[in-house]
Amino acid sequence: MIAFGQFLEVFISGLLAGVLYSLVALGFVLIFKASGVFNFAQGSMVLLAGLALVRSLDWLVAKGFPMWAAIVAGLMFAAVIMAITAFLVERYVLGPLVNQDGLILFMSTIGVTFMIEGAAQFLFGSDVYPLRLFPTDAWFLFEGSFPGGILVSKIDVWGGVIAAVLVAGLALFFQRTKIGRALRAVADDHAAAQSVGIPLDWIWFVVWLVAGLVALVAATVWGTKLGVQFSITFLALKALPVLIIGGFTSVPGAIVGGLIVGAGEKLAEAYLGPFIGGGIEYWFAYVLALIVLLMRPQGLFGERIIERI
Amino acid sequence: MLYRETGQFKTSYAADMAIFPIRQDRIALWGLLIFAFIGIPVMDAFQVWPLRGEYLIRAILIPFLILSLAAVGLNILTGYCGQLSLGSGAFMAIGAYGAYKFGTGVRIPLEIFTIDIPPLPVFWCILLGGVMSAFVGILFGIPSLRIKGLYLAVATLAAQFFFDWVFIRVKWFTNYTSSGSVVAPDLNFFGFFANKPIEKYLVCLVFVTVFALLAKNLVRGNIGRQWMAIRDMDIAAELIGIRPLYAKLSAFAISSFIVGVAGALWAFIYLGAWEPLAFNIDRSFQILFMVIIGGLGSILGSFLGAAFILVLPILLDQVPHALGVPVSVETVSLLVFVVTGALICWLLIVEPHGFARLWSTGKEKLRLWPYPY
Repeated sequence: MIAFGQFLEVFISGLLAGVLYSLVALGFVLIFKASGVFNFAQGSMVLLAGLALVRSLDWLVAKGFPMWAAIVAGLMFAAVIMAITAFLVERYVLGPLVNQDGLILFMSTIGVTFMIEGAAQFLFGSDVYPLRLFPTDAWFLFEGSFPGGILVSKIDVWGGVIAAVLVAGLALFFQRTKIGRALRAVADDHAAAQSVGIPLDWIWFVVWLVAGLVALVAATVWGTKLGVQFSITFLALKALPVLIIGGFTSVPGAIVGGLIVGAGEKLAEAYLGPFIGGGIEYWFAYVLALIVLLMRPQGLFGERIIERI
Repeated sequence: MLYRETGQFKTSYAADMAIFPIRQDRIALWGLLIFAFIGIPVMDAFQVWPLRGEYLIRAILIPFLILSLAAVGLNILTGYCGQLSLGSGAFMAIGAYGAYKFGTGVRIPLEIFTIDIPPLPVFWCILLGGVMSAFVGILFGIPSLRIKGLYLAVATLAAQFFFDWVFIRVKWFTNYTSSGSVVAPDLNFFGFFANKPIEKYLVCLVFVTVFALLAKNLVRGNIGRQWMAIRDMDIAAELIGIRPLYAKLSAFAISSFIVGVAGALWAFIYLGAWEPLAFNIDRSFQILFMVIIGGLGSILGSFLGAAFILVLPILLDQVPHALGVPVSVETVSLLVFVVTGALICWLLIVEPHGFARLWSTGKEKLRLWPYPY
């Protein structure tokens, strides 16, 4: 019974950690769908959003504002920063690169990553800043069934709830609003969308803004969990296998991929780790992604790739 | 006026197939090689201005040569065969640790017998490091038969992270040193001890010259044409009778071999003592940048890109000092980040095909100069 309890604990904590990967992967998917750009800068956007939030929050609290007002103002400030970033990126980097090869666009987002990382730390400082938006202690569930119960940390649950709300919100935004419909049209076919009068640059700005806001949401959760710091940018690398497993173009895929990666790597660390040396979390997700790719080259939920000459 | 091939008639098949068909190019190349092989050592011996002290050779020329070699290797895979790879750092690491293991003796105790290879001379170690890297390259190239583009890039990331982990965790590779950092054996090339920076530089130069010429010849031959056909459209290439298995895996093997040799040189000659962190993902990105900025599908471009990416941060570091602006080291490093990113974006916007394209347009212009057409 202990073994099963332990399994359940690892599994649940893995799933919830996976939800947090999904939060980062979502930003990738949104931009990739709408513009075909593989946005490597998503991780640095999480850093920028987190730094903007935590620094303005600290400043406002130090000035004597009440906590709730500081949080609202801080979130708005961070949102404005993300909007400015989206505008600058669209206007000065991606705008001039329209119609270039996917590889060139990918490299340019790595350039953007450097700029955002440098600028964010230059403007807001480069220390580790603790963020306290959510409770960080843990619950013990099912104490009657298992000795010691199952440890579930509250921040992970909050992350799950927020991800659910976010996905529901995005689904509504994409399905029910005019901009959402335009976004889907652009995702389907750039040229056709443009020919019926959808302004591409505006749509791309909106997409980057939405991805920036998703990054802000991810930053609140990750920032509470780890503190806002430079290493948060490595999340972008963790989100890549999530994308591969789910497929680059699928929002539900990002969620399911996150869950698979989160649960898979935690279980692998707990059950395989002792046999082949610890720390396999580091690469397990990638190997998992590689196996999925060999079976389904477009990921579990990606659109089927049809090739013609 | 000067750069024009008028009057250079090709009278034999050999001349028609020459690696550098234009005489001026040949003269320039010989000039460059003579300068690199003789001029720089002479300047170093007499301590002429830019080479006074050892800084330039030790901190710029040697890393430039080695990273150019790595960029040539990656360019074969990404530029010529069109297979995006983010795992160059891992292949460099395999080259480095492979060479290290061969240099200190390999001992694998098996059930029946023990594989026991005595320490080999450094030259063979470096090449064997490349061979090891080539084997792993073939292994991680297999997914490329099924997936392509950015999906493949993520698959090569699997190699990067897996080998980062292997060289940290598997103590066998580091000969069970407690710190995980290892020291290269003596650089004894058939009795020639490379100890001074200029000697190390010459060793690197020999390797780089040989492999760059080899690569240049490969890409204009049969196999290079196969790679380019695969890059341009793999299905069409397959239909005209190119075997994707053979073309893609040979690109992976040769590319990984060159990158592995570069990794072994980087570890043995430039670093001397190193730990796995020297070959992490940042190294992969650095080499990919060199290839893209220099120009995909150009051997010359690999060198230009390597020079740019390597020298840029060093120059940017000097700017505040030169202007006399007092700023902290940390601020400078952050600003270097921003400026590097901005320059990369700007270069991609003005010339997405890299320095190599600028060079070829320049050559076209030079051919007509001073007449407009």
